[in-house]
Amino acid sequence: MKIVYSDVLVIGGGLAGLRVAIGVRRRGLDAIVLSLVPAKRSHSCAAQGGMQASLGNAVKGAGDNEDVHFEDTVRGSDWGADQQVARMFVDTAPKAVRELAAWGVPWSRVRRGDREVIINGQRVTITERDAAHGLVAQRDFGGTRKWRTCYVSDGTGHAMLYAVGDQAIAQGVPVHERKEALALICDGSRCCGAVVRDLITGELIAYVARATVIATGGAGRLYRVTTNAVICEGIGAALALETGVAELGNMEAVQFHPTGIFPAGILVTEGCRGDGGLLRDAAGHRFMPDYEPEKKELASRDVVSRRMAEHIRKGNGAQTRFGPHLWLDITLLGRPHIDRNLREVKEICRYFLGIDPAEQWIPVHPAQHYTMGGIRTKPTGESRTLRGLFAAGEAACWDLHGFNRLGGNSVAETVVAGMIVAEYVADFCASPDGDLDVPTALLREAVAAERGALDALLQSRGAERADAIRAEMQQVMTDRVGIFRSAADLEAAVDALGALLRRSSQIGLRHRQDGPNPELVTAYRVRRMLKVALCIACGALARQESRGAHFREDFPRRDDAKWLKRTLATWSHATDRLPTFGYEPLDVAAMELPPGWRGYGARDYVDHPDTARRTAEVQALRERWQGSGRRELQDALMPYRHLLPERLRAANERLGEELR
Amino acid sequence: MSEARRIRLRVFRHDPQNPASEPHLQSYEIEEAAGMTLFLALNEIREQLDSSLAFDFVCRAGICGSCGMVVNGRPRLACRTLTKDLPEEVTLLPLPAFELIADLSVNTGKWMRALSERLEAWLHAKEQEIDLSRIEQPMDPDLADRIYELDRCIECGCCVAACGTAQMRADFVGAVGLNKIARFGLDPRDVRGDADFYELVGDDDGVFGCMTLLGCQDVCPKELPLQTQIAFLRRRMARTGA
Repeated sequence: MKIVYSDVLVIGGGLAGLRVAIGVRRRGLDAIVLSLVPAKRSHSCAAQGGMQASLGNAVKGAGDNEDVHFEDTVRGSDWGADQQVARMFVDTAPKAVRELAAWGVPWSRVRRGDREVIINGQRVTITERDAAHGLVAQRDFGGTRKWRTCYVSDGTGHAMLYAVGDQAIAQGVPVHERKEALALICDGSRCCGAVVRDLITGELIAYVARATVIATGGAGRLYRVTTNAVICEGIGAALALETGVAELGNMEAVQFHPTGIFPAGILVTEGCRGDGGLLRDAAGHRFMPDYEPEKKELASRDVVSRRMAEHIRKGNGAQTRFGPHLWLDITLLGRPHIDRNLREVKEICRYFLGIDPAEQWIPVHPAQHYTMGGIRTKPTGESRTLRGLFAAGEAACWDLHGFNRLGGNSVAETVVAGMIVAEYVADFCASPDGDLDVPTALLREAVAAERGALDALLQSRGAERADAIRAEMQQVMTDRVGIFRSAADLEAAVDALGALLRRSSQIGLRHRQDGPNPELVTAYRVRRMLKVALCIACGALARQESRGAHFREDFPRRDDAKWLKRTLATWSHATDRLPTFGYEPLDVAAMELPPGWRGYGARDYVDHPDTARRTAEVQALRERWQGSGRRELQDALMPYRHLLPERLRAANERLGEELR
Repeated sequence: MSEARRIRLRVFRHDPQNPASEPHLQSYEIEEAAGMTLFLALNEIREQLDSSLAFDFVCRAGICGSCGMVVNGRPRLACRTLTKDLPEEVTLLPLPAFELIADLSVNTGKWMRALSERLEAWLHAKEQEIDLSRIEQPMDPDLADRIYELDRCIECGCCVAACGTAQMRADFVGAVGLNKIARFGLDPRDVRGDADFYELVGDDDGVFGCMTLLGCQDVCPKELPLQTQIAFLRRRMARTGA
């Protein structure tokens, strides 16, 4: 049996995983990154529009700061977010942008003087400040009160991933490419690494590590229509789930992006609307102001996607033989703007649709986009229940996004979480908890179990086909666990997924060779994907309210009295047919921003019994500390700085806000 | 509606790990669908006709650079190649110059990592520790755009596959490598100068190996200005070496 030892094993070579690896490496630890694909091909590269950080350099971002970013994020989450984590995040995001600038990201920069922009369909002139000339620029995004999204044209994720990937190479971080974790090695309370399969040779290897970090991204491929890359199959969540010990948080919180191109589902960035693009229906009518007079096209994604689906249901979609869609109109932005700031969008339109978006409207339809839920962790990134297991980025639920993530907060989260979690992983390794005493029998048994499962699949004469089961699962998820949900649909989904899980034990392969065998890969993954899909569908069925992206037609109101709590799913025994659920209440009395109206979307919700009291308390504290510094007020409202690693605690400088 | 066209894909097959495997072309016939890309066509073949067929896709949106292959003689990204733009018979070969994993899957990742290590293709900053709380260093907005223009390379390997020199010289860094040098050379945040870059690419495995056939520029899916960059770099390197 081949065994590979390291201090830290990072599963996933996207932005979050690479940034964790770089961080622990700088603390003197050995880290190995496992990646299904070359690291720079990870799905992080598909982030287009940008990352939010309250630098406030652009004139329409002036006056922005961590407080505004915090409130936008919590409102966006429909109060599902952990507010302390949101605070840690907004503090660190400007530092992340600046670190990336120093690592070579060619951020688009502010140019002093007048420029024409489109705001609410009108061409207006704004004047950028002299002092901001050459600093990192910001654009507008949905659900934000300031222009806050820092960008590199519309290839932000690509530029970030390359800079961070290059740094990882510079620091000598080994990336073991085309390697897949099949199971975590776990003695019931301590994670000790993973059983890993070489996707080229088929060999199984035990990777033993003092700390294991899952950074595998999202689970979009549980759905038929998704913007996600084909490798985003929720396997990281499944690895955690299959330990029987680690918890998944809020898996029913699934985001649908308003503008997937129709019918392929490929993303075109929210930056299209941030820069002034409009949504139109079959008649060419701009419909969003009818539904959302406050934020129009730039309400949060959950709200815009729901309004689009509603508008299509009313018969206003453009009809095609693939079904109805709506239009995204960016022609009003003009060719020079598109050529400079929306060039990926232009390429996608040209190659996949055969259209020129400077001349023609883009056919769009909401598509699955983001997994707010994930492996439930503490603010340090460590699992609450399985020692030695950490998670970061989209795979994690430390819970920055609650029930809806704001555009621009995901690539921001990857690097911010990487910066923070790396420090806590290093601290863990330096502590007695980080000592590892692993019997070789545990490794042998873990590898033997996976070998046995693979051999059984390779020899199975079962009649079920892996790709057919996967396709059926994806159809069920898209049809019944989508934007509009109901008990009837969700019950049908749970039944169908349960039946597929049973059938998955009868999978037989047409091609029975180990090594580079794509059918074998689908076969062992689809069983794991079904478990994650069941966590989503069962969690959605149980949650009898509507919050953020989780919308129940039979329970259309947000219900803080009953449901201001986080769903926790575990898979207690390997033979279980369904996940086990628990709930973690959110403490209103400790919130800096007590629940209320988001400023867009539905105004109708049921208050938590503690909300009124806490709202009054917060109001009184704000009055009492009026005139004092932001920091003093913050400590009175909700202290959080102690949760940040020491090197990330300093205040952020901005124009007009010099450091003391 | 007109009748759907049937297309025939002749696909390179070989598993180098299997001693019994002989490289050959295998034909598959499928019915074309509206908007069909080679991503969709190859997946349909794998689902319906041959579950063992190996190929690589990740983003399927022309962004990640995983799916470079030779389509009717020309290296390109398969995911964004529409079948309607191809004739009825299509020949698919793996990118040459890279280690073959199986069928259409090649190990570009390994090649690119080795290239990056060899060319030290990362930003060499002045300071190792930066104060993250301070306002970032300003940069001319046009310069930032020009750096991004070169930063758009997705390491797909098409330029290497289309390169005459790379077929003859295994250690040639290719347009992808030269473009990286040009990119860091343009970036004022990088402390290296021409003398440093000369050490990295001032030889026949570097910029002087280029025969100016410019297949790289013809096939680059991101339409990077490779020709200009190589010419410019060669002039600078020639001056540095003189």
